[in-house]
Order: sequence, then structure tokens, then C-alpha cells
Amino acid sequence: MNNTRRTLLKAGTNGAVLASLFAAGILRPVRVLAADPRRAAFEATGLADALRGLSAGTPAESADLVLKAPDIAENGAVVPVEVISNIPGTTSLSILVDNNPLPLALHVEFSGGAVTETVARLKMAKTSAVRAVAQAGGKFYVARREIKVTIGGCGG
Amino acid sequence: MASPMKIRARMNGDAAQIRILAVHPMETGLRKDGAGKPIPAHYVQTLTVDVAGKRVARYEVGTSVSKNPLFGFRVRGVKAGDKVVASWVDNKGDTRTDEAVIE
Repeated sequence: MNNTRRTLLKAGTNGAVLASLFAAGILRPVRVLAADPRRAAFEATGLADALRGLSAGTPAESADLVLKAPDIAENGAVVPVEVISNIPGTTSLSILVDNNPLPLALHVEFSGGAVTETVARLKMAKTSAVRAVAQAGGKFYVARREIKVTIGGCGG
Repeated sequence: MASPMKIRARMNGDAAQIRILAVHPMETGLRKDGAGKPIPAHYVQTLTVDVAGKRVARYEVGTSVSKNPLFGFRVRGVKAGDKVVASWVDNKGDTRTDEAVIE
């Protein structure tokens, strides 16, 4: 018999019991995090699933979305990239590494007077395309670059 | 207790250049230690940035971001002396908030 499940069923909606289970580490707050809509995209193990998790569909290529990255990264543990969106109405940017075990690296929502650009440092397991996805006015745009990795950054 | 972030914020023309370096191991959960045991995932999941009390950026972060991650962007409509507040939360629920002033 699964005792955790029994306890949970008995507890019903008793928040205090649930809280104590969290505290005891019996229940992990994974489900709570899954409530964040993009968490699924971050946990996706393939590029197609990650893009689906972002609701990005098939984004259009745009010359106004600039992805700056080195052609060759000697150290895959730290690969500096910069994304600049000159697309009017851009609200968010995402960065994905096609061949990484979990491709979605970063998603950023801008507000206030923020300029829609970001620098970031990526981990890259091996040579891969890196893509930047911008959302503007309900549409998605993509820019893509190939980065050759000499020493992978996800090994151990 | 997590180490403080390094925040640099400086006016450059009509915009403030903001650079935030979080000190964090960013473990993916996919690596193994010397004995072949998996190292549990430990990584920053969100980083929010407010300037003068207004939210300007909300980063959501995955494991494909490097150790000690660096984030940076520019903000218009702010001025020297405005307060920058950055705050991250990781997958273990640890959190760290630091402040700087735009130079």
C-alpha cells in the first residue's frame, strides 16, 4: 500500500497537512512549479517541444532580430550571446540551444522602458544551432546561428 | 546563504546599461559526481529586475544557462540615482535580492 497516497486521500483539502508533507520533503513542489505555463517548455527535451511550450508555432525569420554569438566557442560551459530585437512591439525574447538536452535556456519579458535586447551566457553540450525567438504583437520571429563547440560544457 | 549578485548600472546616452551577475552553481541535474552519483539540479529559475520601483524585466531561466549567469540589457526613461533591485529564485526555493544605484 502506498502510504503517502493514503495520507493524502485522508487529508483531503487540509492545507496544514499538505504543508507538513511539503516540509517533510515527502511531497516535492514540482507540481506547483508546473503551474507556470513556460515551465513545461523549460523541461522539454527536444527543440520542437520547447518551441511548442513557448506557443511559438513556426516563427518567421526576421532581419530585425539580431543574434550575436561567436562562430566557434572553445569552452561550451560559457558561451556569450547577445540578442537584439528591433521589431516594433517586441515584448519577450527566448534563447534556445537546439542540441542541448534541455534546449530552452532563457525567456525574458520586458516592461517599463526596457530596450528589447539581452546578453546571456549559455552552456552548450556540443556544436549546435542557437536560436533567438522574439514575440511581437502576438507573432513570433526567429534568428538562428550555428556555433561550433570545441569542448562541451554539460559533461561531468 | 547565497552570495550577493554583482549589479552594474550606468547611464550611457539616453539609456541605462544594466549588467547583473548572479553567483550560482546552475547544476543541470544531468551531471554525475566522481562516484557516478547524479548531482541534483540546482539552478536559478527566475530573475526579476525593477528600476525606480517599476518592473523592467522578468527572466525565466533554464539549465542551459551557464554557471554564475550574467544578464544584461538597457532601460530608457530612467536616470542616474534611480534604484535597481534584482531578485532571483532558484529551483530549491532559495532566493536572493540585491540593489544598486544607477551611476
